[in-house]
Amino acid sequence: MKIIVPIKYVPDIGRVKFDSERGRIDRTSAPGEINPFDLNALEEAVQTRDQIGGTIITITMGPPQAKSGLRDALSRGADEAFLLVDRVFSGADTLATSYTLASAIRKLGKFDLIICGEKTVDGDTGQVGPMIAEHLGIPHVAYVSKVEEIGEKKIKVVCDMEGDRYLIESDFPMLITVTKDINTPRLPTFSNKLKARNAKVEIWTVAELSSIADQARFGSKGSPTAVRKIVVPREDARMRKIFRGATDEMVGQIIDALEDEQILEAMR
Amino acid sequence: MNEYKGVMVFAEQRAGKIHPISYELLGKGKEIADRLGVELSSVLLSHQMPEEVKELIYYGADKVFLYTHPAFSSFDVLNYKHNITRLVREVKPEVFLFGATRLGRSLGPRVAVALDTGLTADCIGLDLDEDGNLVQVRPAFSGNIMAHIRTATKPQMATVRYKVMQTKARDASRIGEIIKKDSELISSPLSIRRKEKSGVINIAEANVIVSGGRGLKKAADFSILAALAEALGGVVGSSRPLVDDGWIDKEHQIGFSGNTVKPKLYVACGISGSPQHLAGMRDSDIIVAINTDPSAPIFKLADYGIVGDLYDVVPRLADEIKKRHLT
Repeated sequence: MKIIVPIKYVPDIGRVKFDSERGRIDRTSAPGEINPFDLNALEEAVQTRDQIGGTIITITMGPPQAKSGLRDALSRGADEAFLLVDRVFSGADTLATSYTLASAIRKLGKFDLIICGEKTVDGDTGQVGPMIAEHLGIPHVAYVSKVEEIGEKKIKVVCDMEGDRYLIESDFPMLITVTKDINTPRLPTFSNKLKARNAKVEIWTVAELSSIADQARFGSKGSPTAVRKIVVPREDARMRKIFRGATDEMVGQIIDALEDEQILEAMR
Repeated sequence: MNEYKGVMVFAEQRAGKIHPISYELLGKGKEIADRLGVELSSVLLSHQMPEEVKELIYYGADKVFLYTHPAFSSFDVLNYKHNITRLVREVKPEVFLFGATRLGRSLGPRVAVALDTGLTADCIGLDLDEDGNLVQVRPAFSGNIMAHIRTATKPQMATVRYKVMQTKARDASRIGEIIKKDSELISSPLSIRRKEKSGVINIAEANVIVSGGRGLKKAADFSILAALAEALGGVVGSSRPLVDDGWIDKEHQIGFSGNTVKPKLYVACGISGSPQHLAGMRDSDIIVAINTDPSAPIFKLADYGIVGDLYDVVPRLADEIKKRHLT
């Protein structure tokens, strides 16, 4: 079984700084890491390979620093890693990103399964997975919370759709995006970390993809959507009516307040 | 480019029932269509013609393109995409909106690639610029920023977050056209075998949520919150650590990696207010926070704060509300 796991190298969202004065994100303010949602995809790939055998190829498009994200993926169990890096790739929206990743996947040859995380913590779109599937002309199931059965030719998954669950079967090749519920990603062991430090990360630029892809569809040139403005909202602050004192008194005050807001009426 | 005209809305149905996001999209779609002086249409794929199909007109659609086929009883993304893509090539709307439900976020990206056009995810605001192009406002970086996005290709496609746009008042006197379209099926390797109801609650739909955090001392104490939730006709929510510890099901989790909610009333009990939690509930209409620590970040976001122990306050609050309901 050949499994491909596309990942994204993102800034640590808990530490990155946002400038509300100038409306910008200071990407240098936080260290990078594998998008946390992609760890679930990688873990699922590792469990699958350990169960039925195969190879896991992880792939990312990003700046040269993204190499360290790929090394992290190798230390967590991926077998091979590919970095798509080129000035031409930069400024890509989800359409161009998915096209570039799909082109690289095509170049990698025959595969069975692509596993993506549900979304990224920075772009937050959740679009790239299903878009890759469409570029490759393969089926996909999004929001998979469990792999029920997996064999040589077929996969059966549980798809969670806001309160409804579906059991979906598909032939390979196909793509799934997995939710955070699907597993608990393991931490890399120290020895695997050491091994990954010297492992080979394949670098592909536009040159490697030029024979199978249309350059005009890469990067900002291939991106129909563009961010025109970024607004960093100032910290939310509401009425901040704070009650202190005896419990009975506070309870009375809060109920009066909710009645003034006509919240309790609506409940009746 | 200029041949693209009109606004189209994807009407989502589950088990033959139209999802409320469809009416919200029609509300916003109507506003945009009126400003552009164009028609608003809607597309619905369903097992059979649902009785509700006229409702799409009552809520703003001038035309409804209807595809009925047994294959559409379940969400086969490939066949949905195939028929929608054909329709868009024929009708050529300049704006095409989907709900940012899980179904919409699975289908929209495929349709966009098939049409080779841009798609903006999870919008919470839509506007028009001076040239009549769509300005799409969406949160990114886990809700820390708002991006204003424009699309250079047509149709300009977006998924729109549920419970953000206003539904227009229903007008049963509105006249519109229901146009039956021929469905074309492609062979799909997807077989959707069985459907089961997952959780007992759908927290994203709840009007009142009473949520617990680290201030709870043990799992069984969720019953204290449940009593208040019951008095208010609501459901129980949770911050992430308690879900991670296995105290309560993931379905109750509120926050960036759990559910995003927008109830009329959100009562945060013993929740300090980590950014990851606030991202999931900051759009609630009224937020009440109960916490012993007056410096907890949750108080900044709260409309009303109670500095006190949830173990004292919550049961008293539940009693008092029950009492007032009876009178």
